[in-house]
Amino acid sequence: MHAPADVIERYAYGERASHWLLAICFFLAALSGLAFFHPSMFWMTHLFGGGPWSRILHPFLGLAMAVFFLALGWRVARHNVMNANDRAWLAHAGDVMAGHEEGIPPAGRYNAGQKLLFWFLTLCMVGLVVTGFVFWRPYFADTFPIWLVRLATLLHAIAATGLILLVIGHIYMSIWTTGSIRAMTQGWVTRRWAQLHHPGWYREVTGARE
Amino acid sequence: MSSLQSLDIARRSATTTPSPQARRAEREIAKLIDVSSCIGCKACQVACMQWNDLRDDVGSTHGTYDNPRDLTPQSWTVMRFSEVEREPGQLEWLIRKDGCMHCADPGCLKACPSPGAIVQYTNGIVDFISEHCIGCGSCVTGCPFDVPRISQKDNKAYKCTLCSDRVGVGLEPACAKACPTGAIHFGTKEDMLDYGEERVADLKERGFEKAGVYDPQGVGGTHVMYVLQHADQSQLYAGLPADPHISPMVGFWKGAFKPLALAAMGLTALASLLHYVKVGPKDSGDGPPPEPLRPSRSS
Repeated sequence: MHAPADVIERYAYGERASHWLLAICFFLAALSGLAFFHPSMFWMTHLFGGGPWSRILHPFLGLAMAVFFLALGWRVARHNVMNANDRAWLAHAGDVMAGHEEGIPPAGRYNAGQKLLFWFLTLCMVGLVVTGFVFWRPYFADTFPIWLVRLATLLHAIAATGLILLVIGHIYMSIWTTGSIRAMTQGWVTRRWAQLHHPGWYREVTGARE
Repeated sequence: MSSLQSLDIARRSATTTPSPQARRAEREIAKLIDVSSCIGCKACQVACMQWNDLRDDVGSTHGTYDNPRDLTPQSWTVMRFSEVEREPGQLEWLIRKDGCMHCADPGCLKACPSPGAIVQYTNGIVDFISEHCIGCGSCVTGCPFDVPRISQKDNKAYKCTLCSDRVGVGLEPACAKACPTGAIHFGTKEDMLDYGEERVADLKERGFEKAGVYDPQGVGGTHVMYVLQHADQSQLYAGLPADPHISPMVGFWKGAFKPLALAAMGLTALASLLHYVKVGPKDSGDGPPPEPLRPSRSS
């Protein structure tokens, strides 16, 4: 690793690998799903070898995405539990988005926005997997009554839209906050980054050394 | 299945722009099945198999004359035999020829995500164009009558074609040709409605007070209609739905939700870009941390 001296590890290899595998599977499942969702995007089935191949692969890609999400989420779930400090942070969300630094309640390992993202992502993932099974042809759909298949189809589209919107926001946030993408590719952040964006976590990680 | 010339396609699945509308003088056809004249001989099933070169697997009985028990990718029409005791001691054996109803507002076409996999011709026939079928089963989800069947062998959807290839060259469907009692009539929709009313008048004279023509308006009317002895109780005929319509869940999924969802995605991406352009990156900068490190309270 070519990290400079005196940086802090934020994500271990396992977390980074799970995240990127999950991201790739999301990207592929989202593109194949969007191809079915709107005729203007049906051309994206060509990326997967055509309509039938897209239909075959999409559920497996989605399932793989959910498995990698579970692998990552399992490890970070306890860091995403909401607390009273998060409510205070959220009250200052406007300041955060405007780029102001002063007067914002200190965030821990994850700020309230990230925690909310985690739980909404979990909700969407669970929704997608459960509804996806209900209308997965040819394997599972025939075991369910048609009204449930219709409901599952609609809810799947809604959960997928929700997931895509959350991920657009998530990707933008990682671009906006410089140093975040490097944290997820190389695993480390500068002390300055940590102190500024996650002071509570910085104190936890380094406090014992002082 | 085969397709008529592209000029004769009135509607096409997963297509947001209008279909060719030059040819509109063609009249809509319909098949009228007079349940009161049907003897359940299944000549129609055999004719359908023969014309379309279909052979189904041998199944097992479930105590009625239904054979096969259900529509399958290899059986596009089946007779459904219902033993009904509407009044105590009065047994009626109601025999209905099940198959695609060729709706004016087809749920299968609305639900299908593959452009051109399902088409509706100007004459009213709804046909599956198998080369575009991706085997997703959305047609099954959209159909109010539970008609399309997905093959386990090739993952394509199949159903009655109303003999679009025969009709396209001026012949009547195979089932209509084969029916020995003439219970299956074929002609223009207008003529079939007229003839249906004649049959209903006859049935009413014979004591079937609630006889009627089944042409459900919830799907815009159908190009396969029934003359029923008990039109007020269509459910008696092996569960023929009383008020079939495309499920509102399917309607929303394929209707307003599509542009709403896409707009939301586009606007979110655009808002992100505009935010970055306005506020600039959130850069922590280089150098040491801004505050001297204070030991945590516990140490």
